Amino acid sequence: MATPTLEKVEAESAASPYITVTFRIRRFNPEVSDTAEWQDFQIEIDPKERVLDGLHKIKWDLDGTLTFRRSCAHGICGSDAMRINGKNRLACKTLIKDINPEKPITIEAIKGLTVMKDLVVDMEPFFQAYRDVMPFLVTKGNEPTRERRQSPEDRERFDDTTKCILCAACTSSCPVFWNDGQYFGPAAIVNAHRFIFDSRDEAGEQRLEILNDKDGVWRCRTTFNCTDACPRGIEVTKAIQEVKRALITRRF
Amino acid sequence: MKIHKYDTVIVGAGGAGMRAAIEATKRSRTAVLTKLYPTRSHTGAAQGGMAAALANVEEDNWEWHTFDTVKGGDYLVDQDAAEILAKEAIDAVLDLEKMGLPFNRTPDGTIDQRRFGGHSRNHGEAPVRRSCYAADRTGHMILQTLYQNCVKEGVEFFNEFYVLDQLITEVDGVKHSAGVVAYELATGEIHVFQAKAVIYASGGTGKFFKVTSNAHTLTGDGQAACYRRGLPLEDMEFFQFHPTGIWRMGILLTEGARGEGGILRNKDGERFMEKYAPVMKDLASRDVVSRSIYTEIREGRGCGPEGDHVYLDLTHLPPEQLDAKLPDITEFARTYLGIEPYTDPIPIQPTAHYAMGGIPTNVEGEVLADNTTVVPGLYAAGEVACVSVHGANRLGTNSLLDINVFGKRSGIAAARYAAENDFVELPEDPAAFVQEQVERLRNSTGSERVADLRAELQETMDANVMVFRTEQTIKTAVEKIAELRERYKNVAIQDKGKRFNTDLLEAIELGNLLDLAEVMAVSALARKESRGGHYREDYPNRDDVNFMRHTMAYREVGADGSDSVRLDYKPVVTTRYQPMERKY
Repeated sequence: MATPTLEKVEAESAASPYITVTFRIRRFNPEVSDTAEWQDFQIEIDPKERVLDGLHKIKWDLDGTLTFRRSCAHGICGSDAMRINGKNRLACKTLIKDINPEKPITIEAIKGLTVMKDLVVDMEPFFQAYRDVMPFLVTKGNEPTRERRQSPEDRERFDDTTKCILCAACTSSCPVFWNDGQYFGPAAIVNAHRFIFDSRDEAGEQRLEILNDKDGVWRCRTTFNCTDACPRGIEVTKAIQEVKRALITRRF
Repeated sequence: MKIHKYDTVIVGAGGAGMRAAIEATKRSRTAVLTKLYPTRSHTGAAQGGMAAALANVEEDNWEWHTFDTVKGGDYLVDQDAAEILAKEAIDAVLDLEKMGLPFNRTPDGTIDQRRFGGHSRNHGEAPVRRSCYAADRTGHMILQTLYQNCVKEGVEFFNEFYVLDQLITEVDGVKHSAGVVAYELATGEIHVFQAKAVIYASGGTGKFFKVTSNAHTLTGDGQAACYRRGLPLEDMEFFQFHPTGIWRMGILLTEGARGEGGILRNKDGERFMEKYAPVMKDLASRDVVSRSIYTEIREGRGCGPEGDHVYLDLTHLPPEQLDAKLPDITEFARTYLGIEPYTDPIPIQPTAHYAMGGIPTNVEGEVLADNTTVVPGLYAAGEVACVSVHGANRLGTNSLLDINVFGKRSGIAAARYAAENDFVELPEDPAAFVQEQVERLRNSTGSERVADLRAELQETMDANVMVFRTEQTIKTAVEKIAELRERYKNVAIQDKGKRFNTDLLEAIELGNLLDLAEVMAVSALARKESRGGHYREDYPNRDDVNFMRHTMAYREVGADGSDSVRLDYKPVVTTRYQPMERKY
């Protein structure tokens, strides 16, 4: 006998969990047209499924040209940040039932980064801002033979900002970033915070000077969009405030 | 078409690829070609930890770790390689800490350690705390830390470049690696990378199963590229089914949950692992636990109206412990199942997780063209490779270890090779295969659809070559895969464009999965014994006389252009440990 599988199609069809949902997607393909357009797709989907599952149904069954990034499908790889009903979210962490499937679900690319095709944006400026804050441990002197010691309390100090998956949901939700792509953006500051407050690191001052720039932390207007957008639950605005405070007090 | 020249080219930017890149970039002009942005790689989904006998919290040593690895792999492990893995584990963890990895800490400030399946003190006496971890995000932290250090070292990445062909040039009758051919997603342009050394670090093949913890992008591209060029694949019948995937979805829930005290229960609330593994219980090796779960389900003790899953019970653990040690997996249960793990057990089932087999290498990461001959200039590390440190079943936390130990080794070895050798000539018209493949798919007017063929492949793999296998089920799979490979010739895509054509790439990835599924099923059919992750109901015992040997699968092309799988075998390296009956 083979391994038991989960095929219960007939049993399920008796009480079908499926509902009909409209996905209203912002399409753009410069190979075809210079202008972006909204396109509606109707799909049958279990409301407990993810928005990503709906996008796959469209791509696989209706329109193979629909283009988006995805990989892990459970909120760890950070590929599929998009604007769903006007809010930045990961398509793989958003269940259909949680976003009112009665009305059309609008899906568009995240804002502030150049749209390349459909839901795919140019991530290079985002990663450049990340690279600019020296996102790596800097230490002086000889390395110890064993591990560097760090107390559980010191480790806890920067725990929140280690969770970042670089999905760009925060940065592309920030009104300051929308208007000025030179601003480092929340994600880069979060990753600077992760090292500034790591007791093992010795380049906090350098990172603070980088963020003291006119395009640095002072551009933040504390709108909390970033905190709302973060799929990892990072208190992004708080982290930015802590960096601002460290710039003033020079204590971290 | 563009031609690039690098000393070292690395294919893939997960843990193994980036660990290799950090070494190779210091020593040679290196390019990393990756189909995803590096931080999207599936190393980031690993949760529980990385094994190393640091002995920070209790007595431990690398010899115990070596033994556990060999036993866990059901004696198909090459013991010289396992010894290197366990010995170098300690420096591998310390290297990562020095690179900045935020491990959880003991009250003394050293790296904290916890229990994990199959890891024991003194050759199986009791579970031991060997897994170094960062909550249930250890893979995420490793991926981020390695990427951070790639930024620091100035590693050159080609993001969203899909490597679709391995270039081989024969020099004096010996196959040498000449480079690779890649497809650039953004533009549709084809790039030839001539390189003195190539390292494959492109990950696993899990997407030929339906219920899997693997990302959509894990389609065995590296294995398929090498196999098509006549290089062997080792032990492909050995695939690991992780006991605790989220029911129906397959999303991984770390073994660390059981390391922290979680318990598996059937519909009667019984802790059933006590029957199957009296000493290690819920922390027996993964193959043992997955078979036990399906035995419970088949004997009518599964949970739910259809009796098709069991429970992972964390309700007896303090909420503070769950928040501190298992924050991500408890959130997965809330997000995807609407379940509160503080108070309710989580429905789980085994999920296709990890390929023990892959491109055969020696302990320096050099790829083998047969049982003994090295392919000069070609390396592989991580899940794509088979060293073999995992044998017939990998222990939890040994894969994050594998990518660090053998990623580093292959990075150093490849750069050294590049320093000491010159480029070999590219084959004539090096991009021809990829150009033909891309054009054929773009212009195809066939009637078959990628999504249909992939779904049928996944159905047959789940039904026939999963935790339990028989001659009959495997034959069913072999026949179905042959049918699908035939139909694949008639596949068509809708997107005919050049820009970000993921429709085209999904079709190519499906072709890779079909080739590898065939290798897996044919290898499984021939192995008439049960060992580790390969369990034959018609041959339920291990057969060391006939099968304590590695499978080596080669692609044979007939005079009429048709291809088939030819099997050969390679001896297992045995040093310290003679095979014993495996009990947990």
